[in-house]
Amino acid sequence: MTTETALTAKQILSEPGAPAVVFDHVELAFDEKAVLRDVSFSLVKGHTKIILGASGSGKSTSLKIIVGLLKADGGVVWVNGHRVDQLTERELMDVRSDLGMIFQEGALFDSLTVRENVGYKLYEETDLPLDQIDRRVEEVLGFIGLTEHIDKMPSELSGGQRRRVAIARAISFRPSIMLYDEATTGLDPITAVTVDDEMIKLRDLERVSSIIVTHQLRDAFYVAEHMAERAPDGSVRIVPATRAKEREAEFIMLRDGVIIFEGDADALRASADPYIREFLT
Amino acid sequence: MVSIIERQLKHAALEAQEYVHLTASTFVGFFTRPFYRHDIIEQLDLIGFGSLTVVLLAGLFTGMALASQTGLTLDQFGARPVVGRLVSASMVKELGPVLTALMLTGRIGSGIAAELGSMVVTEQISALRALGTDPIRKLVVPRVLAGIVMAPALTIVSDFIGILGGWVIARYQLQVNTSLYWASVTKGLYITDAWMGITKPFVFGFLIVTIACHVGMRTAGGTAGVGHSTTLSVVAGSVAVIAADFFVTQIFIGLFY
Repeated sequence: MTTETALTAKQILSEPGAPAVVFDHVELAFDEKAVLRDVSFSLVKGHTKIILGASGSGKSTSLKIIVGLLKADGGVVWVNGHRVDQLTERELMDVRSDLGMIFQEGALFDSLTVRENVGYKLYEETDLPLDQIDRRVEEVLGFIGLTEHIDKMPSELSGGQRRRVAIARAISFRPSIMLYDEATTGLDPITAVTVDDEMIKLRDLERVSSIIVTHQLRDAFYVAEHMAERAPDGSVRIVPATRAKEREAEFIMLRDGVIIFEGDADALRASADPYIREFLT
Repeated sequence: MVSIIERQLKHAALEAQEYVHLTASTFVGFFTRPFYRHDIIEQLDLIGFGSLTVVLLAGLFTGMALASQTGLTLDQFGARPVVGRLVSASMVKELGPVLTALMLTGRIGSGIAAELGSMVVTEQISALRALGTDPIRKLVVPRVLAGIVMAPALTIVSDFIGILGGWVIARYQLQVNTSLYWASVTKGLYITDAWMGITKPFVFGFLIVTIACHVGMRTAGGTAGVGHSTTLSVVAGSVAVIAADFFVTQIFIGLFY
């Protein structure tokens, strides 16, 4: 790629409406079992893509392909202008520096404190001064409202707090794309809403593009139909989304590795597909 | 039947390939950045100082039992005063390295496999990769380095404490004169023995830790899988130590005796 071409690609990617993630005819099979079959979708910068589906439908696998933890057997995957399906593990490190991923159960490092977990990437993979990292860790924990737990171990936190610390860890290095893998599964409804609110705040206040994998319909619709706004006094409120904002959240329904629906919340509710109807009820 | 054998062979070939890949990546990690110094120091402490008590006890009682047993046999030939020679040669060439390695397999091998296995099943390894950290450099390289450095150090400690234990028995049970015992200890040792005794733990330390890391990183199947990996690490590590002991001994005998 010439410098001029690279510059043009960078300019295109920085424009509003540019794709942050593109899945193009992606295929993956484990042994004889097809996990993803001809899956194509794209995530526009600053928008939200919500992937629904039953267990084993290929939702989490799609996220792992985006972050490079799994390699697709076929098709093309673009993330921020990089073809991740062709990159080596070492080359992927650059792409991952702009990707934050929340794993099922949080995947916090249980031998490290909350502070060390949240600042992990900054402490271990950058040369930033320690006081600067500490300030960033405190800022991020303040954003998700867990400052008082900074010196606790993950085992001392509740399930919801662990997920929120996982979100703090993922946003500490200011990624432009967040991937949520069942971030609210197993949480009670009230705690799940606090995690949903963090996703909404990140999307609307920090302009982070999001892919949310879940089978929790209530959380999926909540994130799609609410937005965050900052009040004049600086406080953040979660309010019902405007129609334009709602359209920025798109749903995908996966069934046995195949996309059977793509559209917004209203279209999903109006779908006549028997499987989708059954899933929604 | 054929398909079962074929599947087993393919599985064995895959495991061997993955083990070679892990050791090759580990070697690359020894010499290229990034280095996780804090983790290396932590592992040196855990593997080295953390294993000191168990190695001291194993060495002491082995040396004492060895002196006690060989004293009885030597009495039949009126050779009780040379008990030190037998204890030192046995401890330095064979028992010190092998018993220390087996103790490390039980303590360190199982711990590493369980720790890494738990990290795999709770997706902490995937989280590391997603955060831009190479798990081999962060987790495997420090452990292997610590294993290679600490296994010989612990073996030397074990050899010395074993010979000391032998002296306690020689002096107070077999009534052998102290100066006679220590003179016998040094007479029984040649420089080649010392080389053999110090080479073996390098090989053992490397094998124990790389096998444990390989087994831990390949864990699948939740908490039951972690238990399986822990057992497998101890069994495979122990067998590898005993087999490697035979081959290293043969190489030394072929080269120097």
